Amino acid sequence: MSSTTTQRTALYDEHLRLGARMVPFGGFEMPVQYAGILKEHEAVRKRAGLFDLSHMGQFLLEGPDVAAWADRLTINAVSTMKPFQARYNIFCNEHGGAHDDVIFYRLADRFLLVVNAGNAQKMWGHVTAHLPNSGVTATNLHGARALIAIQGPQSLAMLAPHVDIAPADMKYYFCAEGHVDGVPALIARTGYTGEDGFELFVDGAHAAHVWRRLLADHAADGLEPCGLGARDVLRLEAGMPLYGHELTEEITPVQAGLTWALKLAKPEFLGRAALEQQLQADLYPRIVGLIMRGRAPARQGYPVFSGERQVGRICSGSPAPAVGNRSIATALVSKECAPLGSLLTVDIRGSRHEADVVALPFYKRTQ
Amino acid sequence: MAQPEHLLYTKEHEWVKLDGDIATIGITDHAQHSLGDIVYVELPKVGRHIEQFANIGVVESVKAVSDLFTPVSGEVTEVNAELDADPAAVNRDAYGAGWFIKVKMSDPAEQKKLLSAAEYERLNAE
Repeated sequence: MSSTTTQRTALYDEHLRLGARMVPFGGFEMPVQYAGILKEHEAVRKRAGLFDLSHMGQFLLEGPDVAAWADRLTINAVSTMKPFQARYNIFCNEHGGAHDDVIFYRLADRFLLVVNAGNAQKMWGHVTAHLPNSGVTATNLHGARALIAIQGPQSLAMLAPHVDIAPADMKYYFCAEGHVDGVPALIARTGYTGEDGFELFVDGAHAAHVWRRLLADHAADGLEPCGLGARDVLRLEAGMPLYGHELTEEITPVQAGLTWALKLAKPEFLGRAALEQQLQADLYPRIVGLIMRGRAPARQGYPVFSGERQVGRICSGSPAPAVGNRSIATALVSKECAPLGSLLTVDIRGSRHEADVVALPFYKRTQ
Repeated sequence: MAQPEHLLYTKEHEWVKLDGDIATIGITDHAQHSLGDIVYVELPKVGRHIEQFANIGVVESVKAVSDLFTPVSGEVTEVNAELDADPAAVNRDAYGAGWFIKVKMSDPAEQKKLLSAAEYERLNAE
């Protein structure tokens, strides 16, 4: 984060009013928790939670050549996206490492690109440095446009009376332009929790209105404001990567197990040669899921061993309420330690704790 | 909130209850509140000798690992085994069911280096 001042989202005053604990994250003062991470986690898994994600970077991409241009900078396909479709994608460097993982939203005549908050400045530089002389223009909406997410099995029922579109008819990873509580909004069926849910892009000036109406109407049904702490546990349980943990400038999408998003049928894109070579040689260290046999949480950076040999490091770790309260983690380990069922140990403050390699995701929703 | 008057405190947010030469040790309500949901505690084993203000274990919330320091020197005589299965007891009842260890004190004079309830409260108000 090169920004020297910490910004506030349009919902800053709402967070303070709700008693949130605020922390600096991605250049913004963000709520890490309100009532408590475990209570918020439970709300999202059983009912619904409301998140302020206005710190995320939002770039508008316009012009006739956006799709073809974006296809040369990313690993997934942009040109094949249908209008009002959303798609996960990754910008890589020439070595195949990840600049950022992002979501493209294809609108009627342009694209919205949502990037990680902590990468927003880097990504704005990357995007603008690669702009052609004509055919693509980029507008940085970071900080001006708000993003509110409602996530959880009851999010559809809670959101429906507030919008003038039919959210029940919207497919997962699609979006629509409409209104939320009378406010113009892009409404997308996307999220980062492993539950059904919607993300609402509204102008910052209208964000507090939408936030308050949703909470006022549904707090009695169990809608909880949720902070970044709960969001991190939810995404880890759902096996979703977090930039800076499972993906970095050094850790490639192939290593992170995201080859489903890698479209090698595209003739040329940044990082393609390195990724194809890595995939074919198949010798690379890779991200695995771990469940600790004991209760001690494994945390980012802890060394991972097979016998007496260090074979990797923890990328993310957390107690997981949706995985029987077990201590779960992701680790980047050498290939021979990656098969499911492998027994590894994690060095926690100088003592070894056993962990089993398990399939990702740790948690999959049933409804 | 007001701190229990009959306890002594450290700057690092531990409390200690003195009963003869046995000290019961835990973390304060202020500490459990700022840590958030406590999910794991790692405590010294019974029989271990510990030195005043030394790091003797950790308290972990969902997101963070915090060091635990002992307010007094002595030998650990008892460990609250209930916290293994129910670390949230520290959140619910920091001065009661959420106690951590009991120590047979080796130097009662050490308590002069600890804070009174009023002093601890002043520290938190700063």
